[in-house]
Amino acid sequence: MIVRHARPLRWNTCAAAAIAVAALTLLCGGCTVLDGPVLDPKGPIALTERNLLFKAVAIMMIVIVPVFIMAAVFTRYFRGTNRKARYTPNFDFYWPAEIVVWGIPAAIVVWLAFHLWENTYKLDPYTEIDPSVKPLQVQAIAQDWKWLFVYPEHDIAVVNELAMPVGRPVSLTITSDTVMNSLVIPALGGQIYAMAGMQTRLNLLADKAGTFWGRNVQYSGTGFADQQFQTHAQSKEEFDAWVEKVKQSGTALDAAAYDALAKPSQKVPVTYYSGVEPNLFDCIIGKYSHGDSDRTPKSSKAETTE
Amino acid sequence: MDIFGRLTIDSLPLYSAVAASGAAVTVLGGLAVAGAITYFGAWRMVMTQWVSSVDHKKIGIMYIMLALVMLVRGFVDAAMMRSQQAIAYNSDGYLPPDHFDQIFSSHGTIMIFFMAMPFLSGLANLIVPQQIGSRDVAFPFMNSVSLWLTTAGAGLMLLSLVIGKFSTAGWTGYPPYSGVEYTPGVGVDYWLWMVFIAGFGTTMTGINFLVTILKNRAPGMTMFRLPLFTWTIFVTSVLIIFAFPALTVATGMLILDRNFGFHFFTNAMGGNMMNYINLFWLWGHPEVYILILPAFGVFSEVVSVFSQKRLFGYVSLVCATMAIGLLSFTVWLHHFFTMGSSARVNSFFGTMTTIISVPTGVKVFDWLLTMYRGRIIFKPPMLFTIGFLVTFVIGGLSGVLLALPPIDYLMHNTTFLVAHFHNMIIPGVLFGYLAGYMYWFPKAFGFKLNEKWGTRAFWCWIVGFYLAFMPLYVLGLLGMPRRMEHYDIAAWQPHLIVAWVGAFIIMLGMICLGVQLVVSIRDRKDALDLTGDPWNGRSLEWATSSPAAPYNFAVLPKVEAREAWWDMKQRGVAYQRPEQYEDIVMPKNTYVGFVIGIAGFVFGFAMIWWMWWLALLSLAVILGAIVYRASDDDDEFVMTASEVKAIEDERFAQLAKAPKNELADEPGFAGEPAAEPAT
Amino acid sequence: MSSIADMTISPRDAERYEEKDFGFWLYLMSDAVIFACLFATYLVMVGNAAGGPTPKDVFSLERAAAETALLLLSSTTFGVAAVALSAGERGKVLMWLAVTFLLGAGFIVLEFGEFSGMIAEGAGPDRSGFLSAFFTLVGTHGFHVSVGLIWILVMIGQVFFKGLTAPVASRLMRLGLFWHFLDIIWVVIFSVVYLPGLM
Repeated sequence: MIVRHARPLRWNTCAAAAIAVAALTLLCGGCTVLDGPVLDPKGPIALTERNLLFKAVAIMMIVIVPVFIMAAVFTRYFRGTNRKARYTPNFDFYWPAEIVVWGIPAAIVVWLAFHLWENTYKLDPYTEIDPSVKPLQVQAIAQDWKWLFVYPEHDIAVVNELAMPVGRPVSLTITSDTVMNSLVIPALGGQIYAMAGMQTRLNLLADKAGTFWGRNVQYSGTGFADQQFQTHAQSKEEFDAWVEKVKQSGTALDAAAYDALAKPSQKVPVTYYSGVEPNLFDCIIGKYSHGDSDRTPKSSKAETTE
Repeated sequence: MDIFGRLTIDSLPLYSAVAASGAAVTVLGGLAVAGAITYFGAWRMVMTQWVSSVDHKKIGIMYIMLALVMLVRGFVDAAMMRSQQAIAYNSDGYLPPDHFDQIFSSHGTIMIFFMAMPFLSGLANLIVPQQIGSRDVAFPFMNSVSLWLTTAGAGLMLLSLVIGKFSTAGWTGYPPYSGVEYTPGVGVDYWLWMVFIAGFGTTMTGINFLVTILKNRAPGMTMFRLPLFTWTIFVTSVLIIFAFPALTVATGMLILDRNFGFHFFTNAMGGNMMNYINLFWLWGHPEVYILILPAFGVFSEVVSVFSQKRLFGYVSLVCATMAIGLLSFTVWLHHFFTMGSSARVNSFFGTMTTIISVPTGVKVFDWLLTMYRGRIIFKPPMLFTIGFLVTFVIGGLSGVLLALPPIDYLMHNTTFLVAHFHNMIIPGVLFGYLAGYMYWFPKAFGFKLNEKWGTRAFWCWIVGFYLAFMPLYVLGLLGMPRRMEHYDIAAWQPHLIVAWVGAFIIMLGMICLGVQLVVSIRDRKDALDLTGDPWNGRSLEWATSSPAAPYNFAVLPKVEAREAWWDMKQRGVAYQRPEQYEDIVMPKNTYVGFVIGIAGFVFGFAMIWWMWWLALLSLAVILGAIVYRASDDDDEFVMTASEVKAIEDERFAQLAKAPKNELADEPGFAGEPAAEPAT
Repeated sequence: MSSIADMTISPRDAERYEEKDFGFWLYLMSDAVIFACLFATYLVMVGNAAGGPTPKDVFSLERAAAETALLLLSSTTFGVAAVALSAGERGKVLMWLAVTFLLGAGFIVLEFGEFSGMIAEGAGPDRSGFLSAFFTLVGTHGFHVSVGLIWILVMIGQVFFKGLTAPVASRLMRLGLFWHFLDIIWVVIFSVVYLPGLM
């Protein structure tokens, strides 16, 4: 029989090339990613989330690094043509190895689980960040394909722009007047879904001034790619001035104006409204919930699933 | 016009050149296949020996052919998306949102339902009965129905490119976006019906293999002597039986919502979209393990055979497989930590998810320890296995990160998530299936696949994979959401261009796979597998001839040890001729499965386009076919002992000409199976 | 007329029937998961009346009780048919299968009346999430019963034309499993849907 051999594999060369390519990619990525919103956060929530990410990556290196080393060494040394290597064809069980391969991952998972519970409670988006400070209330309404932010304290509303004073917690209550959306401002912290007839919550805090982008990240149709907004974290004075600017330049957001706004539209420019239909947010929820028992629009503690 | 429901001439994809050419390629491809069969005068052979076949090996081959065709289609979608995103910085690119959205929806749907699932069913069909020393699956006819229902779903998928538009709602079809209020038209209905119909086929496959593995094992083949691949198919079958009903219910309800005005998942009138998301992932997470466990099985076989060493930690691997199967039902909520669940709920599901990494990690170490003190031969299946081991742990790392709810709040819905699941599914699932394809190809066809092109395919795939998906991790950290048709952040574009280059290299990998197949068929005489045991194998599928006789085993093997075939070779009882042969009862071929598949396809098409009369007609055909089949007691025939002897005589004549061990010329060959040294 | 006892079944056939029974059990488990999902959905959505009729407004205890009685009785008569089968009495098998069919058909007629009455009153499945869940859960069960009825007809035909052969007897056993399974599902529907709705 004719056996056609593949040429002796220059596979070490190939592997080296592959690793080099991967390293290069990572390096290039590394340069820009450090300035990205996830690794360079601007608020305590996002910062804690990032630090948890670093810790988890570090602890998992206990498993990952040995896998890389073993894969490299074993494939190199125990290649069939290396007749110097020891060959034990029936070696298929070894108690200490079993204990290590089950035990170490299990120990890591225990460590992870501990941190997971602690941080999940601490970073629960529903939890108020600082109970001693009254947070700024903002109601976020997802529409096709834009975000409407209502400031009930100031009786103003803004499309596709969010302003907040630095250092004061912001408590967002979120709903949708269309399909499911997900609100995220990566520099400040995690996301939460917006769903019609229901209210979700997100507590955020900016401790550095700046402008950060936020957007819908739950795919929602044609205009999805442009459904984004800028978040301005600014000093108390600048924020007050911003509120004043909105109040003066804005038109009223009554029921008719709201219905016109809610129609699908793309790349909507920043728009200011002063004078908002009373209970607009609750009405939007009520439109879909019909007062059914599992929807509680008036309650501030409306957890959607438990 | 009523007989055509909502189908009109405007349903043809003449609205865009890209869509029209896609349709043209699909139609011409179908015509080319039909033309080729006509040219070679092969219609009779195709119909009598393949379409009507209930032989598990032929059904397996047809499944894998379907999977490979759909892999090409799914890859074209991927390449189109990568191209769009590479150029769509502050520009609309070349695809409008409506078209881009169809492409990412069809990519996911095809790869999960019509590439990975048929590939898995195909490998299981081809190998499991032979590995357990059985002559067939428990229900050969039902096997044929499963195949043709899966094909009916895939047919609807291909048809959606030609008539009407596909869904824009992603492969998960989340309502209320996928509801009729926000996405009218037939796209989502195409998606729903193809998933619904193929899902029945898959459920039957699960039942079939569970019964086969539990009831049809050869004498002496106890559960703890089963090869690892069979173990993984066993657990996968259990998962299919318990998980697929949730998908059937979720898609069924969405069908009712869209077509009959129900309010399961609508925004108003008491609908609850969160219920869909729960039901979908109640299926969806086990589905991930349904796909990946068989690939783990392939790796377990391959790593042991090509390290020329017993599999390390067999019991550990079996336990880990079962643990993963069990845990897979306890983690579905991690797909939507951001839906507003309480910290307690999120913590529970997050913790369960991290626990899954323990048995998975155990598997990785057991495979590495199998290589330890082995004599590794770097055939393409082994290359895919090593590539998998190294790459998969990176995906495992990102998976554990996403399992931590606070991190998921940041990374959910970003390309980090996209990178993560491709990092599991390409090295984990696809590399496994490709390894299985190259490893078992000789068993199916009697000759080996070209190794040079297989090696090239591997290097293209692995390098392409890193280039295509590592940038997506970075983009996720830069906050880029998934499914973006265009974007205005300059920092994203370089990474997307690198990812595009990666997709290009993967395309070279796809071409290598194609060339490998063509070259191997051309040069098949040089790579014949005469013994049926080309790799010096360990499990029973290598005891049969390549390709195996219709009955697999003329005499059912008597199993006495875990690596049954290796053990028989060691004891010198391999290739023994029995003193006499017996009659073998075989299932008769039947077209009923094919008829049910065709009727299922027509039914789906009619429901999508609201041609109610046609839907009723096709249902009546299905009912008639089932009643006909259920009343037919004459579904078997006897292969006489002399016919069996004739086939076996030929086999032994071939064995006499064959080398004693086909691997013996390999430089890394470690030796024949010898009698166990007394240690 | 031969009884099951003296029918000669080859060991291979016996094995195959056992495999089929086992496979059918697995199918029933899978189907049970479908119903579990539908029950869970119903329980999630029972409060979502959206201002429309609530369970109290649309359920009738008399009708539900009559449906229950018919279906439970049909399970009993199927049991009698199974006894006749093991005694090998073909005529009795045919008769009791026919009675089972009539009882099952009566159930479907009642359910059809219930559904069409509700739809006529404007309490159809498109009225609210609660009603969608109700119609789908109970309707899926009704669909299964209808399939069971067709199956009974087919088996009556097989018993009539083929007699009580081993394959026919094996199919009758699985039909029995299916029929009793639907009975159990109905008992759960009665306890989860109708009783709490009317209490």
